[in-house]
Parts: sequence; C-alpha cells; structure tokens
Amino acid sequence: MNNYELMVIFTPVLSEDDFKAAQRKFTDLITENGGEMVNSNPWGLKSLAYPIQKKTTAIYWVAEFKGQPDFNEKLKIQLLRDEQVLRHMINKLDKYAVEYNHRKKSGAPTGTEKAVEV
Amino acid sequence: MAKANEIKYLTAIKQEKRAKKFCRFKKYGIKYIDYKDAEFLKKFLNEQGKLFPRRLTGNSLKYQRKVSEAVKKGRQMALLPYVTDLLK
Repeated sequence: MNNYELMVIFTPVLSEDDFKAAQRKFTDLITENGGEMVNSNPWGLKSLAYPIQKKTTAIYWVAEFKGQPDFNEKLKIQLLRDEQVLRHMINKLDKYAVEYNHRKKSGAPTGTEKAVEV
Repeated sequence: MAKANEIKYLTAIKQEKRAKKFCRFKKYGIKYIDYKDAEFLKKFLNEQGKLFPRRLTGNSLKYQRKVSEAVKKGRQMALLPYVTDLLK
C-alpha cells in the first residue's frame, strides 16, 4: 500500500455540485479498489499560469490516498476518459512527503518558512 | 622585479568577504520540496521563470535536483509558467 498524491485540474465551467460529484466519483473509485482516502483538499477556482485548452482559470483538486501499485492504471484510464478533467498528475509520496503533508494539514510549521529569507 | 605578494599598497585592499553560501535545505533540515508551494519555488526562478543555477542558489546537488523536479511538476500543473516576462 503505497502513498500517492493525485492532483486534478477540472474545467472552470463546472458548477459546485458537479465538482463535488466528480470528487466523489474518484474517491469512490479509490475506496472500491482497496484504496484508502487520506486527505481531500479542493482548492476551487484558481487562475492558471498559462492557458490550458484556451481556458485561463480552472478548478484544482488535490487528493492524498493509499493504494495498490497496480490501481493507478485504472485511475488513469478513468481520468483520461472524463472530459471535465483537463489535466491530472499522480505522484508517489515518500515518507518525508507524507510527513510534510501531515504537518501541513495539522498546521504544524513545515520547514519552508525558515528558509524563505535567504 | 617585485613579486606580486611583495607589492605593498598604500592602503590595504579590502576584499569584501562574500557571505558563505549554504544549502538552506540541509541547514534547516527540509526533506521534501512540495511542488504545490508555488511561492516558495519562485525563490529559485528568475524573472523569465527559468531555474537559477546551483552556484546562485547555493543548493547542494541533491536538493537542487529536487527543486528542479518540483518546479517542473509545478509547471506541468500550471502552477508555475514555463516562460514569462515578469514573474516576480
């Protein structure tokens, strides 16, 4: 059971409940296949650094989950098939990343504030 | 012929001692560089959004690679631009 982090960019025309429905769809997919949702963090509407498919804003969603290594293929197929999804990225998290995310979620200071002034 | 080190200048030439660069990740014990943290990653990009070389950031090789990997992921997910004119 590795730790993964999924980041999905949805089209900005998505309404609030469509966005929730899309999130639920993927979280159900994860839990059905023996995965386990650790953290779901919808960022909502954000402006993009460069236009994707002629759109300059998009809805971001970041999800951290545990899952089987072979499950990501199925997840990728679902993500590619869904038109609402502009772009997605699945990252494997090592133990430092998991600890970083945990501290960030619980508000504990991650090291980056100290390193800002240089 | 006076050798270079024998030349005595009237006033001592003061070589300003440049601050010793250090790898901020080793010093502050940061182990994971988050690609989602665009503000922090912008420290390592110049105005055009290109990565600073190691000699400017002072990072160690291991963490410079992690920074470049995080920046490339951020660019892929449109958090950071590939090229821009005025990033800061």
